[in-house]
Amino acid sequence: MDKILLEVKNLRAGIEGKEILKGVNLTVRPGEVHAIMGPNGAGKSTLSSVLAGDPSFVVTEGEVSFHGVNLLELSPENRSHEGLFLSFQYPVEIPGVSMVNFMRAAINAKRKYFNQDPLSASEFLKLMRQKREVVELDNKLASRSVNEGFSGGEKKRNEIFQMAVLEPRLSILDETDSGLDIDALRIVAGGVNKLKTAENATIVITHYQRLLDYIKPDFVHVLYKGRIVRTGGPELALTLEERGYDWIKQEIDNK
Amino acid sequence: MKESEKDKNKKIPTNDDIINDVTTSEYKYGFVTDIDTDIIPQGLNEDVVRLISQKKGEPEWLLDFRLKAFRHWLTLEVPTWAHLDIPEIDFQAISYYAAPKKKEGPKSFDEVDPELLDTFNKLGIPLEEQKVLSGMAVDAVMDSVSVKTTHKEKLAELGIIFCSFSEAVRDYPDLVKRYLGSVVSYRDNFYAALNSAVFSDGSFVYIPKGVHCPMELSTYFRINASGTGQFERTLIVADDDAYVSYLEGCTAPMRDENQLHAAIVEIIVEDRAEVKYSTVQNWYAGDKDGRGGVYNFVTKRGLCRGDNSKLSWTQVETGSAITWKYPSCVLSGDGAVGEFYSVAVTNNRQQADTGTKMIHTGRNTRSTIVSKGISAGYSQNSYRGLVKVAPNADGCRNYTQCDSLLLGSHCGAHTFPYIDVLNDTAVVEHEATTSKISEDQIFYCNQRGIPTEEAVALIVNGYAKEVMNKLPMEFAVEAQKLLQITLEGSVG
Repeated sequence: MDKILLEVKNLRAGIEGKEILKGVNLTVRPGEVHAIMGPNGAGKSTLSSVLAGDPSFVVTEGEVSFHGVNLLELSPENRSHEGLFLSFQYPVEIPGVSMVNFMRAAINAKRKYFNQDPLSASEFLKLMRQKREVVELDNKLASRSVNEGFSGGEKKRNEIFQMAVLEPRLSILDETDSGLDIDALRIVAGGVNKLKTAENATIVITHYQRLLDYIKPDFVHVLYKGRIVRTGGPELALTLEERGYDWIKQEIDNK
Repeated sequence: MKESEKDKNKKIPTNDDIINDVTTSEYKYGFVTDIDTDIIPQGLNEDVVRLISQKKGEPEWLLDFRLKAFRHWLTLEVPTWAHLDIPEIDFQAISYYAAPKKKEGPKSFDEVDPELLDTFNKLGIPLEEQKVLSGMAVDAVMDSVSVKTTHKEKLAELGIIFCSFSEAVRDYPDLVKRYLGSVVSYRDNFYAALNSAVFSDGSFVYIPKGVHCPMELSTYFRINASGTGQFERTLIVADDDAYVSYLEGCTAPMRDENQLHAAIVEIIVEDRAEVKYSTVQNWYAGDKDGRGGVYNFVTKRGLCRGDNSKLSWTQVETGSAITWKYPSCVLSGDGAVGEFYSVAVTNNRQQADTGTKMIHTGRNTRSTIVSKGISAGYSQNSYRGLVKVAPNADGCRNYTQCDSLLLGSHCGAHTFPYIDVLNDTAVVEHEATTSKISEDQIFYCNQRGIPTEEAVALIVNGYAKEVMNKLPMEFAVEAQKLLQITLEGSVG
């Protein structure tokens, strides 16, 4: 299958004049799961932020094509409408805004983008109910304010819940495993797996191999100093778990 | 659980409507009604005070009250202590009485001028009885006079009086005489003295003993004529064990000149009675550069003199070029409760200095203050509040929460809390926060597909929710829309 969902070519980007991504290349096809691993400060979170259109970062070079659309030209909200979803490492709290109102605003903004009528209240609530089951999200959580007072596990489950509702073509999970205990990890990973289809794809950004026991990657990439320096199959993650990143660092730094 | 699902069903569409409404952001109420108006010449002196009284066919005692107030006003200076930059006002350049022309007050609905009805329909306030939601009775005041009060007969069956102030003077002189000026004396302050001298009309409410008013009572104030001031008075009396929820709305045409609005609201709450007073203030705020707009100088005070009485003020302030307003509670009955919930939004060049006074003179009295200020553009937004506990008032409690939200970096938010406690048993708490809408919050919303303008509205409404929830449903929807419209274009 040579249909390409995401193609990143020589992507360079930074923040406040400091270059962090120094020529990233990445190709993701529908149905694939990619893991991006790497030591702290390698640029993993920057990559996800840049793809999602975080205005704090400046793209200096490169191209990103998302199912044929020039992603870098789109506003963050239009990237979302086109099917890009970012599960945040640190989901943001929005006091006083209930999850119900938040998701309704999100869904209807997307529908508007595609010239569809807004969902009726009953259709919307039905959808919320269905999607809640994916991550075993408590009914009460939906009426609470966005992420406010949520535990670490609840926040991450809430991210996957939103992903379920928005049905993205490409999901980027940024350190979704950080701060999760083993039970929460299982639920979150279970949710991601349930949402997997032949048409959509997932990029899992993680520090540890642990998450990859639950979400099986097709490809594992190592990001170091703003570049993808190695790509392999699931076995690469195991090697990294065993040997750490130092051997790769040495190999690259000695070049 | 069924209940809560139902609740959600009800609330969600409203949010939606609001979002649709954002696109039409101009001040919607800025039109002028072309109607014959009886305006007296500009200027203020004793003869003018007499003329107003005469035009209204008032009894001698009321003219006396006006004249005393006027003479006192002459001795006063314009107050300058507020954190406001108020251009000098020429009090001789204002006309103090304007009334839509009509020989006499309308006897029946058919006699109300169709132009006037049209005006209030445009404002979304239908005065035709059959169209009025059964849940609300309305008194409409245009310029200086009350145009029409609905549902009067139905309320009368319960002994409730809800009528224009002028009618009350005519039909219930004893009640008016007993309570007028008993909470806000004409000596209270500069604008109170001015209002007492020249007040035109307003609403009068009396809820007899033990009566729970079955519908919301509502007054809509509208300034129409140019070069005029509006000086209305509202007097609400809730006798023992009575209950009433009262709503006030205000709009004005867009004009380049500034218009003066100086109102008085007096509320008397007897034993175990409860009054809820909600305001959505949307006077014209002036244009982007601060040209025009209403100067809103208002004195509102309630006297909870009954034991275990309760008064609750809820205000959403989005309009006016300048707002100077401190709805207050004097808690003199033992166990009385005072509440103040406020959202004040300022944008462009608007200025607001608003807050409350909670005066605890009764034992075991309690008060709650929740103030949410939102500043955008080049506006200045101040909270000013006083919590006072008298020496003999044992066991009093106050909780104050005072939050400011800033949008952009050219606006200002200020907090001036005064606490004056003369009794050791009092517990007074004050919490204050200042925050900005963070880039992270906006980006999080954007990532989920919500554009920035909508995201700001969502976040601001969330921020103000605690207060908005205190408003009656019909008002809450309007208030949410207003917040959004007021902040339109405030984030780049």
